[in-house]
Amino acid sequence: MLSRAASNLFWLGRYMERADFVVRLLDATLRLAALPSSHDDAAEVWTSALKAAGADGWKTADGELDEDATLQHMALAGDNPSSIRSCLERARANARAVRTALTIDAWEAINAAYHDVQKLRDQPATRASAGAILDMVKRSLHALDGALHRSMLRSDSLWFIRLGAAIERADNTARILEVKYHLLLPSDERVGGGLDHFQWATILRTVSALTAYRWIYRQSVKPWLVADLLIMQRQAPRSLIASYGDAVRHLDLLAAESGRRGPADRIGHATLDWLESSKTERIFADGLHEFLQRFLAENHRLGRAVAEQYLF
Amino acid sequence: MRGFPGDDPRPSYARVDRWLSETDDALLQTRRAQAEGFFRRIGITFAVYGDDRADERLIPFDIVPRIITRTEWQRLERGLIQRVTALNAFLADIYGKREILAAGVIPEELVLLNPQYQLGMIGFRPPGGVYTHISGIDIVRTGPDDFYVLEDNVRTPSGVSYMLENREVMFRLHPELFARHRVAPVEDYPDLLADTLRSVAPDGRQRAPTIAVLTPGYHNSAFYEHSFLADKMGVELVEGDDLFVRDDIVYMRTTAGPRQVDVIYRRIDDAFIDPLAFRPDSVLGVPGLMSAYHAGNVTLANAAGTGIADDKAVYSYLPEIIRFYTGEDALLPNVPTYRCREPDALAYTLDNLADLVVKEVDGSGGYGMLVGPHATAAQIDAFAGKLRADPAKFIAQPTLALSTCPTLGDDGIGARHVDLRPYVLMGADGITVVPGGLTRVALTEGSLVVNSSQGGGTKDTWVIDG
Repeated sequence: MLSRAASNLFWLGRYMERADFVVRLLDATLRLAALPSSHDDAAEVWTSALKAAGADGWKTADGELDEDATLQHMALAGDNPSSIRSCLERARANARAVRTALTIDAWEAINAAYHDVQKLRDQPATRASAGAILDMVKRSLHALDGALHRSMLRSDSLWFIRLGAAIERADNTARILEVKYHLLLPSDERVGGGLDHFQWATILRTVSALTAYRWIYRQSVKPWLVADLLIMQRQAPRSLIASYGDAVRHLDLLAAESGRRGPADRIGHATLDWLESSKTERIFADGLHEFLQRFLAENHRLGRAVAEQYLF
Repeated sequence: MRGFPGDDPRPSYARVDRWLSETDDALLQTRRAQAEGFFRRIGITFAVYGDDRADERLIPFDIVPRIITRTEWQRLERGLIQRVTALNAFLADIYGKREILAAGVIPEELVLLNPQYQLGMIGFRPPGGVYTHISGIDIVRTGPDDFYVLEDNVRTPSGVSYMLENREVMFRLHPELFARHRVAPVEDYPDLLADTLRSVAPDGRQRAPTIAVLTPGYHNSAFYEHSFLADKMGVELVEGDDLFVRDDIVYMRTTAGPRQVDVIYRRIDDAFIDPLAFRPDSVLGVPGLMSAYHAGNVTLANAAGTGIADDKAVYSYLPEIIRFYTGEDALLPNVPTYRCREPDALAYTLDNLADLVVKEVDGSGGYGMLVGPHATAAQIDAFAGKLRADPAKFIAQPTLALSTCPTLGDDGIGARHVDLRPYVLMGADGITVVPGGLTRVALTEGSLVVNSSQGGGTKDTWVIDG
């Protein structure tokens, strides 16, 4: 397939995944901000959400971090490259440039998601309207995922989308951990107060894993187990290890189709091997922050290697 | 009887007439809304240059079909084949032996000094001797037996995707109307196009030729059509950056490495196709492409340099050109045309601007033209100034009493003016015309401008038996 098409599909996968992440991040942050104990820390709550979405440093015109304005910025702002709206616009622009590589069903789903958000862009997003907006985007993204799954040929077009999505998902999970890592203390440290509990629950909600956590660990939310879930649990679809399993599987499928392997395959496999040989206790002992920094760097290297190997 | 001015509708419209009188307006409006939803969902949009706000506007689609009988069509088809044969022969001649210039049929300077005349094409014979692989010939009707050619489009004519999508939408909207007619199919157009392109691949290939559609990219107004055609033919849609030339051979950049391309259906104008050969500021083209073309390693469709044949000043000589190459009179006449380069014609045009349509000889899309009967006195004055300043740039034609077709507006069915663009394919093995084409309709009552860039719409065109 054309290298440019492969690039567009890879980025379609990434933007789709990023939109999904920001939806869940806003959903979880709204809940956290609604807690009585958050009232005094509202600015802190939204600052860390902005950081996790890669939009740190943004402020309203008067320098305050007003909730509605931040919500608007993260959901619908055209000048914020990681807003939901921007992600969907870019996903669609990438899809539009490779119409022939997508099925009609997949294109229609992307186009519908785009139009749904365009309809909302002139209304302000507020706490009251956010629920409906986020639900709608979630449904659109599920429809898109379903259309890809049900209608696309099992070939390189789909693998590039899935590979992009897996790399982006790993990046998102690592970034939410990085923003909150100071809350994820090892088991011999003090167990925090009420607000911390909700912070951990927020992290889990952001990766849609709160219920999964209870099924896997069958105990109340403990910070080190939250980290364990998000890094080492294969059962959790957004954990680093599951995302990498996914990325490597699609690299293998692409290699099987083209009959060639290269640096991207080596980096992907090496990173997966490294994750598989890690232990949560060791990660904490050596420093969660250092671990996440290294992971983010490796993941970034993989993205670049994919681009080089397939001549993007 | 609705949407037919004056007398009774033509017999060919009897069943449409009955259907319109049986169907109430509310249902028609519902169907129209359904059609619009369908087009928007599949993403057929049309960018209008100079209109930032409406980056993606739909071309309005009208749900009433335009009907042509098979007998009428057969006449048109013979005329189209004759015309495209002559256009292609004209191109081969002016880039070859120049017999038509030697015979004095057409003024030499009109060809040799024309900016559309590509010096690089002199002495070069494209594969199969084919220049005009895809032509769109614009036809208007002024009476039961009076069809005229309004203009020829032999560079990169667009609109064929609308012909195909309109038919698709009509099938969904009006199954009952199809049951009453035997409509000639158009959906094999992409296969015929692919066959045409394959037939002109460079000689000596040991493998099936690789075809690609070259697009300027998704900001282009016809991008949807480019992707649509590539998809339906099952070939790659490429942009300039996806191609490169090494040792006069054209390759696509693919995830499996470079792959040689044999035939390029290019939807980029000559001027932008190769920054080394033409405009150096073009970022759309492929450096070295013309060199590979002249080396015979890749075929361009349409050939470079075809713009000279659809120049509107050359158009006025088409009856003579057809006679020169085919020995026959033109089956489809031209609209009478005043060449403003000639002093008498200029004087006549200036005296009668209020009754004439004046066009730029190398313009397209309805930009920069004057429709006298619909212009204000101030617009006419301004245009007269432009005309005097550079008369050779313009031609003038009488406003014609274009035929009308029933068309659904906001307040019901009314008669609106239409034209017709059939698509003619020419391969190494001959010429094919798909029965029908794109009917364009002027949606404003009384208007004669059908161009989509000027607010015109489209209709499905039915060639029916009986």
